[in-house]
Amino acid sequence: MSSSKMPGWKSLPIGAAIINPPTSLEYKTGTWRTFRPVIDQEKCVRCRLCWAYCPDGAVMELEKEYVTKSGRKYSITYEINYEYCKGCGVCARECPVKAITMVEEGG
Amino acid sequence: MPVSIRDIPREEYLVSGHRLCPGCGAGIIMRHLVKAAGKNTIMVVATGCLEVSTTYYPHTAWKIPWIHVAFENAASAASGIEAAIKALKRKGIIDPKKDIKVIAVGGDGGTFDIGFQALSGMLERGHDVLYLVYDNEAYMNTGIQRSGSTPLGAWTTTTPIGKKWRLGEWRPKYRKEMLFVAMAHNIPYYATVNPAYITDMYNKFKKALSIKGPKLIHAFSPCIPGWRMREDLTIQVGRMAVLTGVWVNLEYENGVVRVTTPVPKRKPVKEYLKLQGRFRHLTDEDIALIQKAVDEYVARINKIVGKEVIGPVES
Amino acid sequence: MGKMVGLNGNYAIAYAVKAVGPDVIAAYPITPQTAIVEKLAEFVAQGELDAEYIHVESEHSAMSAIVGAAAAGARVFTATSSQGLGLMYEILFIASSLRLPAVMGLVTRAYSAPINIWCDHGDFMSAADTGWIQYMSTSNQEAYDAIIMAYRVSEDPRVLLPAMVSIDGFIQSHTVEPVKLEDDEEVRKFVPRRPREIRLDPDKPMTLGALGDPNWYYEFKMQQQVAMEESRRVFDEVASEFAKKFGRSYGAIDTFMTEDAEAIIVTMGSTAGTFRVAVEKIRKEGAKVGLITIKLYRPFPRDDIVKILSNAKVVGIAERDLFFGAAYPGYLFNDVATSLYLANVRTKLAGFIFGLGGRALRFSEAYEITKKVWSFAKGEAEIPKKPIFVGVRE
Repeated sequence: MSSSKMPGWKSLPIGAAIINPPTSLEYKTGTWRTFRPVIDQEKCVRCRLCWAYCPDGAVMELEKEYVTKSGRKYSITYEINYEYCKGCGVCARECPVKAITMVEEGG
Repeated sequence: MPVSIRDIPREEYLVSGHRLCPGCGAGIIMRHLVKAAGKNTIMVVATGCLEVSTTYYPHTAWKIPWIHVAFENAASAASGIEAAIKALKRKGIIDPKKDIKVIAVGGDGGTFDIGFQALSGMLERGHDVLYLVYDNEAYMNTGIQRSGSTPLGAWTTTTPIGKKWRLGEWRPKYRKEMLFVAMAHNIPYYATVNPAYITDMYNKFKKALSIKGPKLIHAFSPCIPGWRMREDLTIQVGRMAVLTGVWVNLEYENGVVRVTTPVPKRKPVKEYLKLQGRFRHLTDEDIALIQKAVDEYVARINKIVGKEVIGPVES
Repeated sequence: MGKMVGLNGNYAIAYAVKAVGPDVIAAYPITPQTAIVEKLAEFVAQGELDAEYIHVESEHSAMSAIVGAAAAGARVFTATSSQGLGLMYEILFIASSLRLPAVMGLVTRAYSAPINIWCDHGDFMSAADTGWIQYMSTSNQEAYDAIIMAYRVSEDPRVLLPAMVSIDGFIQSHTVEPVKLEDDEEVRKFVPRRPREIRLDPDKPMTLGALGDPNWYYEFKMQQQVAMEESRRVFDEVASEFAKKFGRSYGAIDTFMTEDAEAIIVTMGSTAGTFRVAVEKIRKEGAKVGLITIKLYRPFPRDDIVKILSNAKVVGIAERDLFFGAAYPGYLFNDVATSLYLANVRTKLAGFIFGLGGRALRFSEAYEITKKVWSFAKGEAEIPKKPIFVGVRE
């Protein structure tokens, strides 16, 4: 199904070398997901486990301030990168304070 | 100096957009391996899940220089790279002051079986390479076939359950033990790691990379489709492997074996087996036999360590 | 200035490698190649050659280490024979497909079974489709020179394909001939280091050896094919520059008394010398015979041979391999036949297979083969459709 719009042998780098890594960011694995993790920023204690355990590097650790309703101030916020999150749910299962819930996509 | 989870760098060298299965253990292991290694690292990966899933042309998830040659030769290709760096540094073509790490990675098929000879050669010759085997206990990339690492009682497509096969009649009970392979080669460092114990794993990566010479790390790598389990159980199954004594987190350095995750009271092996569909067919009798094999394995490790670091099964 | 020394073929290759100066050598012993890696080990041990010498545990690992080292930007060398080449086979394709320059010495030896350490060209021919440039020498001087030229061609940015240089097992590898050794310094000037764009470098990371699906794979094979074709032009340039610098000139083929020849023998390897004497003798008897020796086998010099063979009546292809079950069971025959067919030249072809497993081709047999081809040219005998198996007992 090779398309004529795709580059041909004359312009491709030789030997199938990928010379501009990383290029996988063009491939959005978020479309694989059936359940979506949602972080409750109020409950999150910023333990970093979800970030560490994610097989896809899809938990973002942001330099973003968050103040809880009870007045606790965090300088870091964890957010899910839905472009790549495959919805495995490891983060939700491993969260020690149950701050992450899995929500059905399109539900 | 061991670090805490807080000290693991934020920078990713294996980025998103790779095609490993949701919940894949190898994805977690590799992210941290390359975080520990940093930018000045050359990666050699054997044919396998990790290779096809992270470098599907024109998409690569690796920020560092990376090569795949074939299935059985990650260790020999890495030997060549390490030798090239040495020679080119000596000749001033590469800056001699630049510290470039070489890491080779293979699955259990590529390491225990088809790549075993190449691994032995690399360890024996003393190349300054860290070799990591991510062990998901079968040929998963070709669709779950038995390897030299497949444990007693596990279903795979080439160890189906039948009238004559149920509990690993296809092999004596113990699988190949990489600790003894490492000891036989007199290498400076060997460790087992498990992604459920993230800081233990990260610290071992760091330590291995700080040591000159050949290093071998054996990583417990849960496989969702191959182990027939839920996608979110990766860490739970890893933890349970350690708590039941199926897997022991240890390191071998300067001739001494040290258990890094002591387990004073073990859980029954059933707690580990029941999380995975590949063990679903086992009867209570079968499980008792597996428990006996685990007890023997634990006794063997305790004997090497010289004290009971892994305790008895809690009643 | 250089100097003349007596060297066997293995040592001629080792001296050429030392002169070029590889960074990494991966070595595994196998008869009759072993003396190459022994000599190189001696050079490294004595500090005469600054290279990393990897004592690999198999030829498979030799080729794999070479691929790794070349990918890291090193100049590399390995050598093998027969079973060793067979064990490397899988990685030969990968070396050429990753477009890595490399040079290998191949000392020809028959494939098992029965196990046999003596010369035939089965190993060389089995690598003909692996994407390597292949050169077969006929003398130890030529082997020395070919190694030097092979590095230049292989590392040329228009090529970037690995190359193998072969000598015949025992007949050349263990036979001493006078060889002019050039000064290492001059050789290195002739084969300067070139920067490589595709390599493993933390300052400019890239991914090599990715999975190529049906949308992409074909394009890379096309690039290889174009580079292989282009390597011929580069070979001619390098050979002519070599002749200017060192005074010895080589072509993709060597011709002998072919100008007015009606019957021409085409062969390869050390036996060319025997045929040369046979041709000379038959010429004196009044027969118009000639000889072509193929040196560069891949890329095959089709235009060169067509030019010579189009004026002949019959071509006798004498080869030291057996291509089981092929339309015609000789590799060289198939290449010659295809070359002529494509050029619409219908010179008749007769095939001879000789010397398998090291069986010597006696002078009388070379003489008989040449005579037979001449008798075909005169129409005195019918050309058989199948090869004539020379020297096999019934």
